[in-house]
Amino acid sequence: MDRIPILKMGEYLLVTVQVDMHDRLAMTLQEDLAERIVKARARAVLIDISALEVVDSFIGRMLGSIAAIARVLDAETVVVGMRPAVAITLVELGLALPGVRTALNVEKGMEILRRSLGQSEGNGNGAAAEAVAPPSEADAER
Amino acid sequence: MLRDDTLSLRSSEDIVLIRQAVRSAAVDLRLGLVDQTKIVTAASELARNTLDYGGGGTVRIQGLQEGSRRGVRLTFEDKGPGIPDVERALKDGYTTGGGLGLGLGGARRLSNEFAIESRPGEGTKVTIARWTA
Repeated sequence: MDRIPILKMGEYLLVTVQVDMHDRLAMTLQEDLAERIVKARARAVLIDISALEVVDSFIGRMLGSIAAIARVLDAETVVVGMRPAVAITLVELGLALPGVRTALNVEKGMEILRRSLGQSEGNGNGAAAEAVAPPSEADAER
Repeated sequence: MLRDDTLSLRSSEDIVLIRQAVRSAAVDLRLGLVDQTKIVTAASELARNTLDYGGGGTVRIQGLQEGSRRGVRLTFEDKGPGIPDVERALKDGYTTGGGLGLGLGGARRLSNEFAIESRPGEGTKVTIARWTA
């Protein structure tokens, strides 16, 4: 069965959704993330949806559930890279993603997460996060 | 030749195929990016309704041309239990299936044309269209 990969970087989990998700794939991602947060002792989840051409109410609800599940497991979630046409459509659909923090791109998303995790983490994690941000950024600009 | 295809809708994987087919029709008819996104999203909502409440069915995807105006029309049909109270089903937040209840009302807002016919015990037919400005 296909799965969406979850990358771990220090206290962060990174997910880049590259494919148009069918419903089961979205549910699997939700379950995988919950497990990985606990197993990896992650404090933050960043989900890059810049490749998604459509976010319907099912995917929107899934993003909200992931953020809520992560919060209960003491982790922050930021969704980044939403396309403008997707944002316009989501709001008209009636879904403004309450409870989901968003940022324009991976860099800004990481900034939000780093700030909300506070100064407690060492420079090592921060540096690792920077090193990985540019390739994801390139993705976001495709 | 304008597109006129009918796809069957039996599983949640078919929803992905329908999104792709509607996107390709909207691109062929040179709808703008926001219009494309709206009709594809509306298609996704209605396809899920057809599957979850109608027990599956079909979707017809038609290309439209009227003078300089171009558009895409989608017709979702199922032979499910039907909707007893269509007005109520169109209200946001109304659901019998545990979803958000945005499907019908949301699809109506995302479309330029919207029509629904439903007969209890016989099925439901929803038609939407999105046109170029």
